[in-house]
Amino acid sequence: MPLTNRRLFTNEFNQLLLSEPDSPPIVVIPVRAFALSEPERLIALVDTQGHERAFIADLADLAADDAALIRHTLTERELVPEILRIDKVLSFSTPSQWRVTTNRGASELTLKSEDDIRRFHDGLLITDTHGLPYRIPTLSTLDRHSRRLLARFL
Amino acid sequence: MPHPISPPVLAEISLDLTTELAFCRHRLVLTAQHLRLESSESSPTVLAEWPLAAGDTLIFSDHAGVGTLALVDAHQRKAHWRFTMKHRAQAEKLIERFAARATPSPAATPAPVAPVEHWLDDSPDTASTLTLLRLWRFARPYRNRLLLGFFLTLAATAATLVPPYLTMPLMDDVLIPFQNGQDIDPWIVGKYLGGLLAAALVAWGLGWARTYVLARVSERIGVDIRTTTYNHLLGLSLDYFGSKRTGDLMARIGAETDRINLFLSLHLLDFATDVLMIVMTAIILFSINPWLALVTLIPLPIIAWMIHLVRDRLRTGFERADRVWAQVTNILSDTIPGIRVVKAFSQEAREAERFTAANRQSLHINDRVNRVWSLFGPTVTALTEFGLLIVWAFGIWQVSQGSITVGVLTAFLAYISRFYSRMDSMSRIVAVTQKTAAGTKRIFDILDHEAGVPDPLQPESPANRPAALRLEQVDFRHGNRHILNNITLSIPQGAMIGLVGHSGSGKTTLVNLIARFYDVSAGKILFDGTDIRQFRVADYRQQIGLVLQEPFLFFGTIAENIAYGKPEATREEIIRAARAAHAHEFILRLPQGYDSLVGERGQALSGGERQRISIARALLIDPKILILDEATASVDTETEQEIQQALDYLVQGRTTIAIAHRLSTLRQADLLVVLDQGQIVETGEHHELLARQGHYYRLYQAQIKLNEAGSQAPAPEEPTHAAD
Ligand SMILES: Nc1ncnc2c1ncn2[C@@H]1O[C@H](COP(=O)(O)OP(=O)(O)O)[C@@H](O)[C@H]1O
Ligand SMILES: [Mg+2]
Repeated sequence: MPLTNRRLFTNEFNQLLLSEPDSPPIVVIPVRAFALSEPERLIALVDTQGHERAFIADLADLAADDAALIRHTLTERELVPEILRIDKVLSFSTPSQWRVTTNRGASELTLKSEDDIRRFHDGLLITDTHGLPYRIPTLSTLDRHSRRLLARFL
Repeated sequence: MPHPISPPVLAEISLDLTTELAFCRHRLVLTAQHLRLESSESSPTVLAEWPLAAGDTLIFSDHAGVGTLALVDAHQRKAHWRFTMKHRAQAEKLIERFAARATPSPAATPAPVAPVEHWLDDSPDTASTLTLLRLWRFARPYRNRLLLGFFLTLAATAATLVPPYLTMPLMDDVLIPFQNGQDIDPWIVGKYLGGLLAAALVAWGLGWARTYVLARVSERIGVDIRTTTYNHLLGLSLDYFGSKRTGDLMARIGAETDRINLFLSLHLLDFATDVLMIVMTAIILFSINPWLALVTLIPLPIIAWMIHLVRDRLRTGFERADRVWAQVTNILSDTIPGIRVVKAFSQEAREAERFTAANRQSLHINDRVNRVWSLFGPTVTALTEFGLLIVWAFGIWQVSQGSITVGVLTAFLAYISRFYSRMDSMSRIVAVTQKTAAGTKRIFDILDHEAGVPDPLQPESPANRPAALRLEQVDFRHGNRHILNNITLSIPQGAMIGLVGHSGSGKTTLVNLIARFYDVSAGKILFDGTDIRQFRVADYRQQIGLVLQEPFLFFGTIAENIAYGKPEATREEIIRAARAAHAHEFILRLPQGYDSLVGERGQALSGGERQRISIARALLIDPKILILDEATASVDTETEQEIQQALDYLVQGRTTIAIAHRLSTLRQADLLVVLDQGQIVETGEHHELLARQGHYYRLYQAQIKLNEAGSQAPAPEEPTHAAD
């Protein structure tokens, strides 16, 4: 289900709409099929019921403003802060509270168990108790202090 | 009964039971004219004899491990004999020969008699220390490094023996002359002290090198043992896994290999060092003063004898302790996966009690072992002290006699205290060796187990051949139980077969045979006319997609789970398979889509969702044969319909064998096969079977009643569309 000659636009509620050939446009939400491993490709547009309405193999194939709209909606919907530095870890046994500096500002997260730290490629994905994912794109970009703290949990 | 010339023996069977089911050692011999019961000595006495008539037949039956052969004619049972089922093969041969006796074809008569099985059972196998020698198989690749390690050990030990030697001249040439009024020569002192320092440094360096080299080697050996055992384990048949408990296997591969590793890197190394030290010390002592050396070494054989004495008791004790330990872990691996059941029936207290009981048992056994063990160490220490006492006494006497110098005595005492202090740690090797031998045995138990479904020597390839299956007179026995009986069935390429029958009728077993999880006991299964045993198991299984009632997801991402059978699949392929399995949309709803973690510790998915993932997994490998074993049994009707759509798509163009409880889900089947007690009782198409009013009809009626009770009554007149 590629977009072909359907168009994307936003309405007054800042919702993303997909035009249909012979019915009124529908509200769609872009969803990354491979949220971690392939963020720029394989994006599904699902309606509010969760049914897939369109599938985009690659954002690069879209018209520039369509792609921009989707990117915009995605960034508005998704929060995956990148951890730049781990400032303090309150305890080394889980559940453990971490004070971190992210690209979205300082934050505090609670790690429920070591299992919530997930490796992918050379980075990590840390999910806090409430399900918010934090990302560390590459371990080597962290400073020594953060790495040493992190090593206690890996 | 006198027997001048015995006629040729056609077959014989060891009868280890009397007709009253007492154990005995008899043998039943078949000749052309007789069945003869005789004792099983080398010159047997004949106990009874039955002449054979034309209408006689032999009938074999078995129940709970006891086999019975009965000689019957048209009117009566003339005789019968009992035996345990370990002689079943002989019984079958006997029956075969018995049937052939009337028509003595030239081949039948002179056929060699199978040798009667040995009466002795396998000798009881306690883990002998010799088991450890089998570890050589794993050590071989590292033999050069081991040799290096050995020489380093030798050198390091020698270096540690230098200091006591130097105390001798220090005492005799420096200290004693000083006491007698001479000056201390700083040069000589410097020389000896320098020697002491150098020896210490060399010993330190060599000690470090040998520990490093040998620890590295043993770590590698440990890894090799672990991976080899695991790889071998994966190759074993489902039977093996069925007969072993998960916790036990996990303990073997995890803890036992670690124990072996520790033994090699630490205890064996220490022990070797100790032995070297004792030998070298003994040599040095004898070279200094043979008499004193002899006295010094007297306690040694006593200790060795003690070690030997305690050895046996400890060994059995440690083996028991090990088994109890496996029980403890087994309880864990039972209850933790089954925690929902435990909680649902609120049996936490009971499980806690079970665990406590196992631990109590472990405690009890360990207490008993430790009673012996605890006595052992202090006794060795005490003997050490006695040894020192003897040396002091004898040494002082010798010094007073002027036959040795004070320096010699000091050197002896220095050596001996080192030496005896090692005896203490050496005694520990007994226990550790026993434990490791027990562990090694448990590892080799796995390694010695042959793969259940062996690969042929010259395999054929099943690829690019039509997936037509044919079962010819397939029998399957499990132990002594007949599970499948004389199954003959043809499944043309692309056809769909529905297997129905009561639970326990052998449906799963039949598909397990087709998937070659087990091999048939008799008969054969043909794939495009070739016995499936002619293919390599892995090649053949690649043709098969399996969807089970309880879908199993591994810990990993959804994408990895879908691509389990084809790891190189592209993301697009994965999505396509998931779409076809109606899994795509619910996957998109998960926080990281296809990158979400599932399986134990992962995202919780419902039964229907897991099932659709497992269907996608089967779809992705694009199998020629599809096996659905109650794929929709554990989900609700609505989900079932979704899964059914996915399955309908999956079935297209593939040879399919579907097992389903809800008969309505088999409406697409070309042929329905009804199994009952391991036999095919009916085959045919839905309407045909209904018209026959047999097994299928009754199963079907029962289900309609159930459905009516469940309010969604389908019209009984047109039952085919019940699920539409
Ligand atoms: N590993 C096993 N050991 C002993 N008996 C077994 C084993 N597996 C299955 N059986 C027996 O084989 C019979 C058929 O089982 P199964 O094929 O699972 O039945 P179905 O799938 O039709 O419900 C049952 O009586 C069952 O007890
Ligand atoms: Mg079954």
